Amino acid sequence: MNAKRIWSWFVVAISAFYFIMPLVATFEFSMRMRRGEYSFDAYRSVLSDQQFASTFGYSVGMALITIVMNSLLIVPTAYWVRLRMPQLRPVIEFVTLLPLVIPSIVVVFGYLRLYNSSSFLPFTNSDTGTNILLVFGFMEMSLPYMYRSVDTAMRTIDVNVLTEAAESLGAKWHTILFRCIFPNVLTGVLSGAFISFAIAVGEFTMPSLLNRPAFGPYLALIGANKAYEPPALAIIAFAMTWISIILINITTRLQKGAAGAR
Amino acid sequence: MSFLELSHVQKSFGIVKVVHDFNMSINEGEFVSFLGPSGCGKTTILRMIAGFETPTGGKITIGGIDQSGLKPNRRNIGMVFQAYALFPNMNVFENVAFGLKIAGKTKPEIEKRVKEMLDLIHLGHLADRYPYQMSGGQQQRVALARALAGQPKVLLLDEPLSALDAKIRVSLREEIRLIQRKLGITTIFVTHDQEEALSISDRIVVMNAGIADQIGTPSEIYNAPSTRFVAGFVGTLNIMTAGIENHEGRAVRLGGKTITLAQPLGKPGDDGKVSLALRPEAVSLHPTGNSDVAIDGRVINVSFLGSVIRTRLDVEGQTMSFDTFNNPGLKPPAIGDTVTAHFKSSDVLVIPG
Repeated sequence: MNAKRIWSWFVVAISAFYFIMPLVATFEFSMRMRRGEYSFDAYRSVLSDQQFASTFGYSVGMALITIVMNSLLIVPTAYWVRLRMPQLRPVIEFVTLLPLVIPSIVVVFGYLRLYNSSSFLPFTNSDTGTNILLVFGFMEMSLPYMYRSVDTAMRTIDVNVLTEAAESLGAKWHTILFRCIFPNVLTGVLSGAFISFAIAVGEFTMPSLLNRPAFGPYLALIGANKAYEPPALAIIAFAMTWISIILINITTRLQKGAAGAR
Repeated sequence: MSFLELSHVQKSFGIVKVVHDFNMSINEGEFVSFLGPSGCGKTTILRMIAGFETPTGGKITIGGIDQSGLKPNRRNIGMVFQAYALFPNMNVFENVAFGLKIAGKTKPEIEKRVKEMLDLIHLGHLADRYPYQMSGGQQQRVALARALAGQPKVLLLDEPLSALDAKIRVSLREEIRLIQRKLGITTIFVTHDQEEALSISDRIVVMNAGIADQIGTPSEIYNAPSTRFVAGFVGTLNIMTAGIENHEGRAVRLGGKTITLAQPLGKPGDDGKVSLALRPEAVSLHPTGNSDVAIDGRVINVSFLGSVIRTRLDVEGQTMSFDTFNNPGLKPPAIGDTVTAHFKSSDVLVIPG
């Protein structure tokens, strides 16, 4: 083994240590709830908490609606921009980057000013209305990631030629979009969807200020009042992120044709 | 009346006019090639027929029906693209069946038709393969089957062989022609490869800067080019200028010899000379029974091209190339040698303009 190789392994080991140590420490601490021995009591406590189930269920529901809405909005938009208005791409890219520089607190205060109970569109008057606002907020927050994932996936296929081929075979635009384009950018949609999911499930500011029973505020509440449950939640959240990443990989590999062609 | 009619078709992109007043009638079952260099407008015309571009002026009719305003998916035209354009998420069967499903055919009808098409292109055994699992030639054959499956009125081929290697190109172009003859489908083939166009077409349209320079059979295009561009673009051609000795008598002065041409001389250029064209294969190093002209020249280059040897001569400051078959027993002329080129005066063409 030459010096260069040893050095490479050394760097890998340091990086792994830097990454794994905090996790190990967090996990170790989360197991110390029972005095003098390791146990999964903190996890049991978290998972048996009725609020955990309800807030997590609520956030997952909101996240799924966000993903569906995002896919319906972004895939046709990215497709249309690539196909018919390529000159607008820089403008669209700029717009999709705006959520990164506008804090979510600004968006929420904007919502509250525009859609409060005395406005002409009183969304905040009802739970459904506020949920709709929250989904829009999640869509806005995940827009930069979702758009980029879909746009990158579209770059790997020749959208124009596939569209023309489908048109010459008699297909109308919705058939082209859903049967010829969408399946070939599914990897990008899924990548964006998982990021959207993570954002929607973990977001604190928006649901908190809109007073929604979401997982983000629950996490903050537990963190402020309990010692062992927060690291247990952190490990659960980390495990979910890893499962998401593994799912992206599996989906990418299993996706027939388009994935294999790359 | 012809089957496919293009009348005064024009196309501009902004201020750039890419097709100028294009007129052509194509008969049912005819195989027509659009030949020309990049940017000459050949693909634009094809795309206007397919409905992907809207003509700025003029009219396109297929089977007597005006295609203006008809969307591509309503024209019943099969198209094959240079980049194959197979749907990556569908296997061969699904790709070929796509148009049939759109047309609302029943499952047994689709299965029967797809099988027929795959048998036609000899790829029945690859029905379950995905595009990425096949070679370029196989993908293009599937694209052809997909385009033909819906029994289109017209088949459009947009440089379908450009992305393939030389051997596959030759075999696939023969296969395309065979299938076209078998089905009797009206076909337009766009290419920039003169050999491709000459070998498979009933007629060729040679295009230059948005204009059809010449429309004719392969033989007419090759043997009687009507413009200097066609003469230069199709095949290798010696283009030389010659002084006029007797305009009415068709006598010109070339390489120190007076040659009486078979063709009228037409209008001379500003310098009072005419442009003449001569194919390299019309020239030989030895007199033949029919050759009536012999011109001396100095060898300036000898290129070995495999089956033929191309020799370039300097004839009084003008270059003349000629091909001789490669014969291992015969030594080709050496650079600097003075040789005599023999040809028939009737093989010399007068190039207008």
